[in-house]
Amino acid sequence: MAKPKVPGLIKGLGVTLGTMMQTVKPKKLGGGAATVQYPHEKETPPIRARGVIALREDNCTSCMLCVRSCPDWCIYIEAHKELAPPRRAGGAPRKVNKVDRFDIDYALCMYCGICVEVCPFDAIFWSPEYEYSEPRIADLLHDKTKLGEWMETVPEAPALEVGAEKKKGK
Amino acid sequence: MILAVDLPYWAQSLLRLLGGTVAVLLPAGTIVYLFLFKMMSFMQSRLGPMEAGPYGSMQLFAEVGKWLQKEDIAPERADLRVFRAAPIVVLMSTFLLVAVVPFGPDAYFTNFDAGVFYLLAVSSISTLGILMAGWSSANKYSLLGGLRAAGQLIAYELPMVLAVLGVVIQAGSMNLQTIVIKQNSDSIFGWDGLGFPYILTQFVAFLVFMIAVQAELTQTPFDMPIAESELVSGYMTEYSGFRFLIFFIAEFATAGVFAFIASVLFLGGWGVPFAWFGWDDITQVDNWMNLAGPLIMFTKMMVLTAIIMWVRFSYPRFREDQLQRFAWKVLIPVSLVNIMLTAIFKVAF
Repeated sequence: MAKPKVPGLIKGLGVTLGTMMQTVKPKKLGGGAATVQYPHEKETPPIRARGVIALREDNCTSCMLCVRSCPDWCIYIEAHKELAPPRRAGGAPRKVNKVDRFDIDYALCMYCGICVEVCPFDAIFWSPEYEYSEPRIADLLHDKTKLGEWMETVPEAPALEVGAEKKKGK
Repeated sequence: MILAVDLPYWAQSLLRLLGGTVAVLLPAGTIVYLFLFKMMSFMQSRLGPMEAGPYGSMQLFAEVGKWLQKEDIAPERADLRVFRAAPIVVLMSTFLLVAVVPFGPDAYFTNFDAGVFYLLAVSSISTLGILMAGWSSANKYSLLGGLRAAGQLIAYELPMVLAVLGVVIQAGSMNLQTIVIKQNSDSIFGWDGLGFPYILTQFVAFLVFMIAVQAELTQTPFDMPIAESELVSGYMTEYSGFRFLIFFIAEFATAGVFAFIASVLFLGGWGVPFAWFGWDDITQVDNWMNLAGPLIMFTKMMVLTAIIMWVRFSYPRFREDQLQRFAWKVLIPVSLVNIMLTAIFKVAF
């Protein structure tokens, strides 16, 4: 039996009424608003949210790929070369790049994520952290210590799907 | 009189002034908080203002305070005197409207036989205020909004008048108080448990009246004149601060007053069916109805404005031509037929 056709005007009123009832219903019963009362309760962003860019300094070789790929030139890297102990006994000491300065100007950054994509050494990560506004715009230039602190907020990479190709190498 | 002591004229006037202010501002405030702030938010799955006072109940005072602080700006080429008078004219029409609404057997501001005629005449003063605002702002958006508003308000005034005529024919009186008494003392085929609210026989007129009210208030399906997304609020574009506040109050106070009028005309007004307490006519009605009456009116007003606001929050906007066509080709013929049927039944019974 076909359902009797409800006029769209009545249906529309039903939708708004239903949403109102759902919002008024206590949280315990599965109701509540879709929004969050922000300063009092914090939203948990999805783990892949583009909140802020974090840096794992040890992985950075200052290859400058991120700096050059950044569309608005908001990454600043300075580095010097250092000698590191050889990997195998008897080998020659290795030359490594040591990062002196790794700044990101979040007043310029447009959160495109190209730097994260382009980094060949897993040194730059997206973090869902979002509370880092500053009263002065110049204070949005964050250095490598600050970027390193955000490393802690980077979530674990989600498990690979069954049958996915394992990452090669170390 | 409700009061045992005879008050001097100035005290009565003061009391009336106070009562009028309460009757206009209280519904406006309640409508804005309960419906505009809260119900709309809930319907959009959010909580609305929550910070000022418990559940944001003091938000209204915060808003009023904010508007009062703002600078009183007028465009350079505006017709200043008209520009400043316009919001007052609009609000004045609301105050004049509430003057004829009866709130109880003795609780009314005025009570005269041409009540319905008066309220229909006075309600069109706001059109004048809106036209004044639209013209004097020296702004193309305001002018367009004002013209659209004038076209719409005049178009929807007609079905409103015609819808009310049905009630007037049935009651045989233009006195609002008499209409209320008639509804509560009559009986339905001898059964007097419900009185005889005219919504039962005049349901079509009630529908037409509510739709016309929605349009008169320029609430959403009919908000072409203020269309914020294309006309930047139409005739209100150039207003800020105190003057905008007056427009804002007038909009929602008028919603309340029209809901009062609709409940008087169709829902039995302030009265309870007289048979409940064994009253036969208005002279036997107990004095406490003067206190209960306003509460009953307020409840009915809240229900009706809830419907007005619900429709406002649910429907998209009519296009200008659809809006005019709806008034002239649907509402007016329907209400004319309604008048004819009412007259036939009136003569037949």
